[in-house]
Amino acid sequence: MKPGRYGIYGGQYVPETLMSALIELEETYERVREDPEFSRRLSWYLREYAGRETPLTYCSNLSRDLGCRVYLKREDLLHGGAHKLNNTLGQALMAKFMGKRRLIAETGAGQHGVATAIAGAALGLPVEVYMGEVDTRRQALNVFRMELLGARVVPVVSGTRTLKDAINAAMRDWVANLGETHYLLGSCVGPHPFPRIVRDFQSVIGEETRRQILEREGRLPDTVVACVGGGSNAIGIFYPFVGDDVALVGVEAGGEGLDSGRHGASLSAGSVGVFQGALSYLLQDGDGQALETHSVAAGLDHPSVGPEHAMLKDSGRVRYEAVTDAEALHAFRRLSRTEGIIPALESAHAVAYALRAADDLDKDGILVVNLSGRGDKDVADVANLHGGVA
Amino acid sequence: MSRIAGLFARKSPVFIGFTVAGDPGIEASLRVAKAMIDAGADLLEIAVPYADPVADGPVIERAHVRALRAGTTADDVFALVRRIRGYAPALPLVLFTYYNIIHRRGPDRFFAEAAASGADGVLIVDLPVEESDEVAPYAARHGIDRIALIAPTTSPERQHTILSGASGFVYLISLEGVTGERDHLPPGLAGLVGAVREKTGLPLAVGFGVSRPEHVQTVVAAGANGVIVGSALVRLIEEHAGDEAGMQDALRAAIATLRRGLVPDPEPDIP
Repeated sequence: MKPGRYGIYGGQYVPETLMSALIELEETYERVREDPEFSRRLSWYLREYAGRETPLTYCSNLSRDLGCRVYLKREDLLHGGAHKLNNTLGQALMAKFMGKRRLIAETGAGQHGVATAIAGAALGLPVEVYMGEVDTRRQALNVFRMELLGARVVPVVSGTRTLKDAINAAMRDWVANLGETHYLLGSCVGPHPFPRIVRDFQSVIGEETRRQILEREGRLPDTVVACVGGGSNAIGIFYPFVGDDVALVGVEAGGEGLDSGRHGASLSAGSVGVFQGALSYLLQDGDGQALETHSVAAGLDHPSVGPEHAMLKDSGRVRYEAVTDAEALHAFRRLSRTEGIIPALESAHAVAYALRAADDLDKDGILVVNLSGRGDKDVADVANLHGGVA
Repeated sequence: MSRIAGLFARKSPVFIGFTVAGDPGIEASLRVAKAMIDAGADLLEIAVPYADPVADGPVIERAHVRALRAGTTADDVFALVRRIRGYAPALPLVLFTYYNIIHRRGPDRFFAEAAASGADGVLIVDLPVEESDEVAPYAARHGIDRIALIAPTTSPERQHTILSGASGFVYLISLEGVTGERDHLPPGLAGLVGAVREKTGLPLAVGFGVSRPEHVQTVVAAGANGVIVGSALVRLIEEHAGDEAGMQDALRAAIATLRRGLVPDPEPDIP
């Protein structure tokens, strides 16, 4: 297997100008992950600043309703309101170790942009965030949040004006400003070494979950569920369980249904292709052009997915399912009412699948859902969709 | 001798024009290519339109969008190349493409169709040497030159590896950044040309940012065998949208002006 590959997937499909930056990034990453000073500082930020570890909450109401034992991994309680900060603190600290003076990032739902703005503010690095112009309107509150945190938000008006175009814009900025800039990619996508770096920084979710469930239940869960857009929260919780006898389920954006063509389910309905630096599954036409995607959750509205997920799909180690907008919205309301926890619409996809999967478990069955983010950012949108009544 | 090798054997420096196939429309695109050839382009780089052209700046990205909106498919691109080949039988033609177009079609089929349409070379902008074994055997099988890219950020060791698989000519990226017009070319250009010159006998052509006659002079003075002009020509297509005669006039005038930056060069003795 070539380096930077997950089975046949991954690789480095980028313009030559970027190769030196990827090589530098890989060398730095190999160095800092062995550096005790880096680990010490990152642990401090994760614990004292971000609020790790996050709880693994037993949901007594939902468990009673569903007839199995349901736990939520509460990444919604991480500072910033989503799992994204695990990665941005790690990469921002790495950028400091590399001597970079500026961070750039892309964002879809705005959560990664906010998490980058937070990390930049905390570590004293200026931040510019590229965001599709459509997304800046869908997620206006997060735009304001980023600006409040001192970041500059650059609306991207090319292409479909969504996440994929924001990634293109960030790559263009990076290629022109390699010396001083670190591109803080927000998901386990893109060229090597990004998928690995993001997975490693997010694996703290799964490592904690594993320890917490063993303490609580004395055994591993039967099933772990996470939503998959680019796939970073999912790979973060799955990775420490890959070698165990635990069912892993990734839940993609089914949008208006896989048959409608309006969805973001690249693993369930896509084909193999190269996109934004990596070989993976891709929603594409016959010529290899990425298709427009749709999801009620902006963070899942993306035509491709991290290459490690592509490998895990092919090997059968992880099962990938799709959940529609309607099912996700139902789960959004149900979790809010039964447990008093408003999930991000992205995370609501995982909750929706859990509602389905619970049927297959008996009353002692243990189901863990990665609640990757909180839903405050989505409340206004959901109110608009339903005439103000949740 | 291939058309590319033949061109550089009898003429240096040369003027290379870039256009996106299907911009501003499929038929109009043929007329753009003919106008560029009539105006003195020695080699044409024809881009396959792609929705996510990350190596390109805004001017060329909009050309990709125009071509895709006009419905241009990879089939259309090969048909266009075939017609350009018919118009200019001796002119070297290079396809400029992002890799997923090739991956989706399958490299064997892509290079077969490229050869059948009359293309001489293929330049894959997002396929670095680490991944190039995916296409190398097919390019060789169908007699297509693989045009290699070297950037200012490419280390000497990488230059070596890249050049070992290159053929036709070498595309030197003048600057760190995406395609697009610039006021000045970077001062290190002569150093880059000189360093690569020591490692290869292949002709060297310089692109990215080259948009004025004085840039052309700078590139030639740096010792390159060719200049590649893209955005400065593509911009004229956008500016003259809806006025095809004016567009062709503007392209011819721009190429004539830019060509003046090439050293005085004798009339080629085309056999």
